[in-house]
Amino acid sequence: MTMTLDHPGTLPAAAPNADALQRQGARERRALASLTLPGAALIFVVLILPIGWLFWQSFFGAAGQPTLENYARMLKPVYVRTFVTTFEVSGLVTLACVLLGYPVAYLLAQLPERLAGLLMIFVILPFWTSVLVRTYAWLVLLQRTGIINTWLVDAGLISEPLPLVHNMLGVVIGMVHVMLPFLILPLYASMRAIDPVYMRAAANCGATPAQAFRQVFLPLSLPGLAAGVGLVFVLCLGFYVTPALLGGGRVSMWAMQIADNISVYGNWGAASSLGVVLLIVTGIILYAFKRLFRTENFGGTR
Amino acid sequence: MRKSMKQGIIAAIAAVGLSTTAMAADTLTLAGLGGKVQEDLTKTLFKPAAEKVGVELRGESHDGLAAVRVQVQSGAPGWDVAHLGAEDCAIGAAEGLFEPIDYSVVNADGIPERARGKDWVGTNTYSVVLAWRTDKYGDNPPKDWKDFWNVEKFPGRRAMSVYPQEMMEISLLGDGVPRDQVYPLDTKRSLAAIAKIKPNISVWWSSGAQSAQLLKDGEVDMEAIWGSRIAGVIADGAPVKFTYQDGVIGFGCVAILKGTKHLAEAQKLVANIVSPEIQARIPTMMGYYGPANQKAFEVGKFPPEVLAQSNQSPENAAKQVIMQPTWWAEHMQDVQEDFKNLITQ
Repeated sequence: MTMTLDHPGTLPAAAPNADALQRQGARERRALASLTLPGAALIFVVLILPIGWLFWQSFFGAAGQPTLENYARMLKPVYVRTFVTTFEVSGLVTLACVLLGYPVAYLLAQLPERLAGLLMIFVILPFWTSVLVRTYAWLVLLQRTGIINTWLVDAGLISEPLPLVHNMLGVVIGMVHVMLPFLILPLYASMRAIDPVYMRAAANCGATPAQAFRQVFLPLSLPGLAAGVGLVFVLCLGFYVTPALLGGGRVSMWAMQIADNISVYGNWGAASSLGVVLLIVTGIILYAFKRLFRTENFGGTR
Repeated sequence: MRKSMKQGIIAAIAAVGLSTTAMAADTLTLAGLGGKVQEDLTKTLFKPAAEKVGVELRGESHDGLAAVRVQVQSGAPGWDVAHLGAEDCAIGAAEGLFEPIDYSVVNADGIPERARGKDWVGTNTYSVVLAWRTDKYGDNPPKDWKDFWNVEKFPGRRAMSVYPQEMMEISLLGDGVPRDQVYPLDTKRSLAAIAKIKPNISVWWSSGAQSAQLLKDGEVDMEAIWGSRIAGVIADGAPVKFTYQDGVIGFGCVAILKGTKHLAEAQKLVANIVSPEIQARIPTMMGYYGPANQKAFEVGKFPPEVLAQSNQSPENAAKQVIMQPTWWAEHMQDVQEDFKNLITQ
């Protein structure tokens, strides 16, 4: 393109020139692509290969014989329930994170950069404490004789302590605490990238603040929201410690079932088949989600 | 500068290499479940036993049979001996993970038959007991698992373990099965009994620390809990008491990993760990635990308060049921899933 502009007199020779350009372009693309080789090789060795191995192993029984028993086992009620619970908990946590995280990210995005940076410390602060410590801290707060129930009873607001923990509610509270930063960070980044001029333009056109938010800001923030939702949802699927401690034994998630299978069954296939199923179902859900919201940069923000 | 650093690193690597080869000759590695229990067992049993054999002891920790399995499957286990729960020893033995115990070296005379196998031997006992809050029940506490199951006479919040081991046993006792008829476990009756008590179980605990915290904070009023965990709760001044009545005695055990390069030394180490003399250290040094070798009570002289505390003193042992690890090794897979299915409903 630029060549033809630079040499307007060589128009008759355009065809061979275009060919050469195309060849050169292809060469350049190959050269650039080859730069990704080390990265691709690393991903192949540390990600693709082990997952392939996991998949392969899931078709073998304890004595090394090829079998489908590892998959047939998953029809037992305990597996079905655990599987459903896993997606139920992940969905609830993701929803709670959106409801709590969106206003926080919005507030941070409206504040002057310096103040937002300061407040961001509070968002990131939970990262600095171990998950185990945070989980035990929630026990202290939520249990029957915990701080919240003691206050409520002393204040005469309730007569019987509320069941805040050792159930699904406790698990969701604990997990939301861990997951919230993963939603806020990508969302905040995408909100910052929205030019405030758009909102002023909407106001100029006669939109009320609520209308401007709904019709301009919200759609523009959706890619960041989708990235956060995907991140939170997928991370939730693999939770182990928090549901084990805050669920009181009633809320059993897939990761706990995988751990059980590793210890109870003498073969890796019994556990890897569970991993394979989770991977596939998660992939399907994310694909469906992507189609539903037509988000191109799902799982990451530009 | 750079060169000297490089030389230093090479020298350091060489030194580490030398020291490991020097260590390999007379060092045994024993892997246990970690935490305070392993610390105490090392002090009480493993260290003195290693001293008698004349080897250095290196401690490692694992999180159960799966880790031991990986070590053996690697072909060159980094551990020589593993300390596990007896049901895991029995499962591992069935999978062929261990070397046979050489009973011409290991004298198992005082160890009950249930507490040893061809490939493993019990090292210590623990009890699952009934504990309760005295501020809740006062002078009329629950006496046994039948009372634990009696929610009309003993209302209150209860806790049990998420693992079926011992919970299945106590559910049968609670349902009225006499102590000597618990095995082989009637799983149907046991699960039915657990289904009955389920609405009154506030928490199914998954770790020892958690079980202790539940009782200490008054989150539950009575609980099936490891006797060893009660010690800390009572020492913290919590209004808590427990009974050995209808307790379930479980075992810790050791097994020698298949493929160890120190088989002869490992056999000697095991022999010393279970010898009456070293076992006799348990009642005084590890309150609420007991020796696996009953001859420890013949060898050692214990003050009455120590005997009253030990789960394995003849008087306390008579009130309890001895767990059968081989039953669990055979049935763990089915029972585990049925039990979990029941409690997560």
